[in-house]
Amino acid sequence: MSQLYTTVIGLEVHVQLATKSKLFCRCSTQFGAEPNTQTCSVCLGLPGSLPVMNRTAFDLSLKTAVALNCVIPKFTKWDRKQYYYPDLPKAYQISQYDLPMSSAGWLEISDEKGSFEPKRVRITRAHLEEDAGKSIHDEAAGKADSEIDLNRTGTPLLEIVSEPDLSSSAEAKAYLQELKLLLTHIGVSDCNMQEGSLRVDANINLHIDTPEGKIATPIVEIKNMNSFRAVERALDYEAPRQFRVWQETGQKIGEAPKQTRGWDDSAGVTRGQRSKEESSDYRYFPDPDLVPVLVTDDQVAEARKSLGELPADLRNRFVQEYGLSAYDASVIVNQGQGVTNYFEQVARESGDAKSACKWVTQDILRLLKDGEQEINAIGVSAANLAGMISAVNDGKLPKPRAKEAFELMLSTGSTAQQAIQELGIEQVDESALVELCRELLDKNPRVVADVQSGKVQAIGALIGQAKKLNPNVDPGRFREICLELAMESSSSE
Amino acid sequence: MAITRSDVEKVSLLARLQFSDSELDRLTGELAQIVEYVDHLSEVPTEGIEPMAHAVEVHNVFVSDEVMPSLPRDKALANAPRHNDRAFLVPPVLG
Repeated sequence: MSQLYTTVIGLEVHVQLATKSKLFCRCSTQFGAEPNTQTCSVCLGLPGSLPVMNRTAFDLSLKTAVALNCVIPKFTKWDRKQYYYPDLPKAYQISQYDLPMSSAGWLEISDEKGSFEPKRVRITRAHLEEDAGKSIHDEAAGKADSEIDLNRTGTPLLEIVSEPDLSSSAEAKAYLQELKLLLTHIGVSDCNMQEGSLRVDANINLHIDTPEGKIATPIVEIKNMNSFRAVERALDYEAPRQFRVWQETGQKIGEAPKQTRGWDDSAGVTRGQRSKEESSDYRYFPDPDLVPVLVTDDQVAEARKSLGELPADLRNRFVQEYGLSAYDASVIVNQGQGVTNYFEQVARESGDAKSACKWVTQDILRLLKDGEQEINAIGVSAANLAGMISAVNDGKLPKPRAKEAFELMLSTGSTAQQAIQELGIEQVDESALVELCRELLDKNPRVVADVQSGKVQAIGALIGQAKKLNPNVDPGRFREICLELAMESSSSE
Repeated sequence: MAITRSDVEKVSLLARLQFSDSELDRLTGELAQIVEYVDHLSEVPTEGIEPMAHAVEVHNVFVSDEVMPSLPRDKALANAPRHNDRAFLVPPVLG
């Protein structure tokens, strides 16, 4: 299909900012409270109440906009977006229209598996607005009343709009993952999709090459996608659907109004909803209750300084400083700050970044996936893993037994030193090892003969016996010595 | 600019207000008068004058992010035409 058309995708992401109180009043933003227990005259839109802007909400927005490489205008203001809906008590949403607090940024995406070329996705704007309440519909019959819970009303949201620079569901997913990683990294939002802290709407249409030239299909906005996986599936469904519709109707952009479709996750289809109101229908005008905000260059510089090292910087540094491959650096950094810090501590304390990377990307990440546990809850602390790697490098822990020690440390929370003791691991000194080799070779003249006639693998039979006699034997070293001795005896005969 | 009856119909739909034919006639006349009155402003020469986003020269008014008590739920629901003691009730809404 890909040669028949190209897919054009832009994403609108709403993230709930990590404030304690709402954007324009002091009600709590805590998720999960009893319905309608976190409201006041301001967020209920009662007459005579006045909104005042939450400083933290603005600061977090500024920080995000700077992290997204946006231009920050010196002047910004808020507008009323008017529409009637039961979960919008004022019958307008306080949002930003023509002078948003940021514009023209970008976010770089790539895929460590190389399924698409790295690209810079342009950000149209990021603006600060208030959330609406929640409607709870009678799903079963659709006949009973709908319940309205206004706890969420007035919660600060940052709406981040991308340019239509994404051309596949994989790119859309990568954009969302990178955005989430960035926002959680700088601590402006928890981006929890289950709790609605991150919501995604997608705009999608197709560019089709026809004998009459390139045409575009009408834009469809997809809503109601509750996971990144759902976004991916919805886009994968929607693109061929639009192609089929175009084949049937020949409708081009501008010949049909922009449509809104909802994603039905269990059925795996998008379904048509109301056609989108024209933007002038919202009758935006400046909110007279709120004063504009002026931002100075110093504030922008301050916000930039507060960002610290961003995920993209970390990936680069891990390649430069620790010699990791770009792939491994991505795997670690993409896990979030917890795993990133864990890796750095192990690498620093063990002085062996390669081993640290191997243990973290293989064993530690497997544990995180298996048990869905947090990195901090893992039985092997970063300090203990570093200690274990050092023990291997110092020869105190034979490499083949490291896994065993790791498992023990994992279940008991012990240090490498304790694990080594508990497992009775002692270093076998070279002379004892040579002695053991002699003994076993003497007992097994057949093996010696085989080795001498070139069947080197015959030694394998002795390794098992050696381990039974002394579990601390390093099989690799044992093999080397046996081969040497067997060959020696052949040349002396 | 002249207000037409179809402008009034469109705005009343957006505001979810339903009017009878005679009300629409009356409102079209009244709104036309209001808009005509406001149109006088266009007589003021505004060339080269920067548009104002706000009527007062005040900016950067913030409060700190601290939670204060919300209304008790019965108070929050008190003005609702219908409620069930935990939520506002409205006629079934589709999606």
